[in-house]
Amino acid sequence: MTDLAIEAIGLRKSFKGQQALAGLDLAVPQGSIFGFLGRNGAGKTTTIRILMGFAKADEGSARIFGSFPVAEIRRRIGFVTEDKELYPYMTVADVIRFTRPFFPKWRDDLERRYLRTFDLPPNKKIPHLSKGMRSKLMLLLAVSRGAELLILDEPTDGLDPAAIEEVLRELIALAASEGTTIFFSSHQLAEVEQIASHIVIIDKGRAVVTGTLDDLKKRYQRISIVFADGVRDIRWVDGAEHIRQEGRMISILAGRNIEGIIAQARSLPRTTVESHSVTLKELFLDHVRTN
Amino acid sequence: MIIRVNPSSATPIYLQLMEQIKHAIETCALQAGEQLPTMRKLAVELVINPNTVIRAYRELEREGIVEIRHGSGAFVSESATRRTKISLKAQSVMQSAVDRLTAAGLSEDEIRRLMENELAQLRAAEQSGRDK
Repeated sequence: MTDLAIEAIGLRKSFKGQQALAGLDLAVPQGSIFGFLGRNGAGKTTTIRILMGFAKADEGSARIFGSFPVAEIRRRIGFVTEDKELYPYMTVADVIRFTRPFFPKWRDDLERRYLRTFDLPPNKKIPHLSKGMRSKLMLLLAVSRGAELLILDEPTDGLDPAAIEEVLRELIALAASEGTTIFFSSHQLAEVEQIASHIVIIDKGRAVVTGTLDDLKKRYQRISIVFADGVRDIRWVDGAEHIRQEGRMISILAGRNIEGIIAQARSLPRTTVESHSVTLKELFLDHVRTN
Repeated sequence: MIIRVNPSSATPIYLQLMEQIKHAIETCALQAGEQLPTMRKLAVELVINPNTVIRAYRELEREGIVEIRHGSGAFVSESATRRTKISLKAQSVMQSAVDRLTAAGLSEDEIRRLMENELAQLRAAEQSGRDK
């Protein structure tokens, strides 16, 4: 129980009759780097707002370190939002000086390190910072408060490739040295594959795939079957999740009972059967596209 | 030792790491007793999850290729280099076989199929040996 940094069970939320979350479950182990994936409108931001205690779920419960997200728990979380709004009249140094007293566990060492590695100009006013600089400043503020859990809503959105690499590297360094749990949403599957230990893909307000990346890559296979005499209507055995037909070929994405599906395909007359492992991109597209 | 991984590949990163470390040992880029980069250093350098590195090192330890000494890191084991010597010898056997087959006019694909066929027969023989 307490090994989970985030645990959500059956979250439901509607806005004016529009269902945003439809029974979402989440289990984020402590110390994991957890990629939160889904199309725009799949419910990611709503989920994050509920986790932070900024919104209430209609049904279900969300716990952070085993407790409801009350103020005391929130202090253990560092948070970077999509809209990087900060006080426009302050400089970088002002914002840091302003934020620091709210957090008794403020880490001067991390503050200094991030000022240096992110090359943030202390005397520049916030509106004069580039989008990338603002993201880095938000990250500095989130990390330096001594957070045990970082919740990052698209932390690398709008950054150039070099800045993305810098941010990812700092997140890795942080996870390695402090054991910080990092829960981040992103549309960049490549960066998720690079740093995440776990992922969840959500679609239409519920989790459709979750697990460690390594296990998912090992478990899922794409089975392609070519029918020399043309495709026939077939009732597939259990496990065949996403079935697509193109000409004489059927492609099946499966996460279990792969041998069963292959055996069934081989038993059909005049077929050629092949199976391949899948990339995260394929896994993602198959799960959010078909339904 | 230069390690590069491709996170977008369908092969899990820890398996890619294992492959490359084994390859480094086979080519003697890494030798018995030498230390592998620390888990943290490798994770930060490659910008990959620290647990991925830990998993790769643990699996290599299980296969007897590295030794993990607590507090000081991971080292290439003696037995791993013994295997390397065997594999170096095997390489020359392979080389002369391939040379002769090529000289006999076989294509790369044909040689590959022959090789796979041999291995499949070996597997089948082992299998029937076990089943008895």
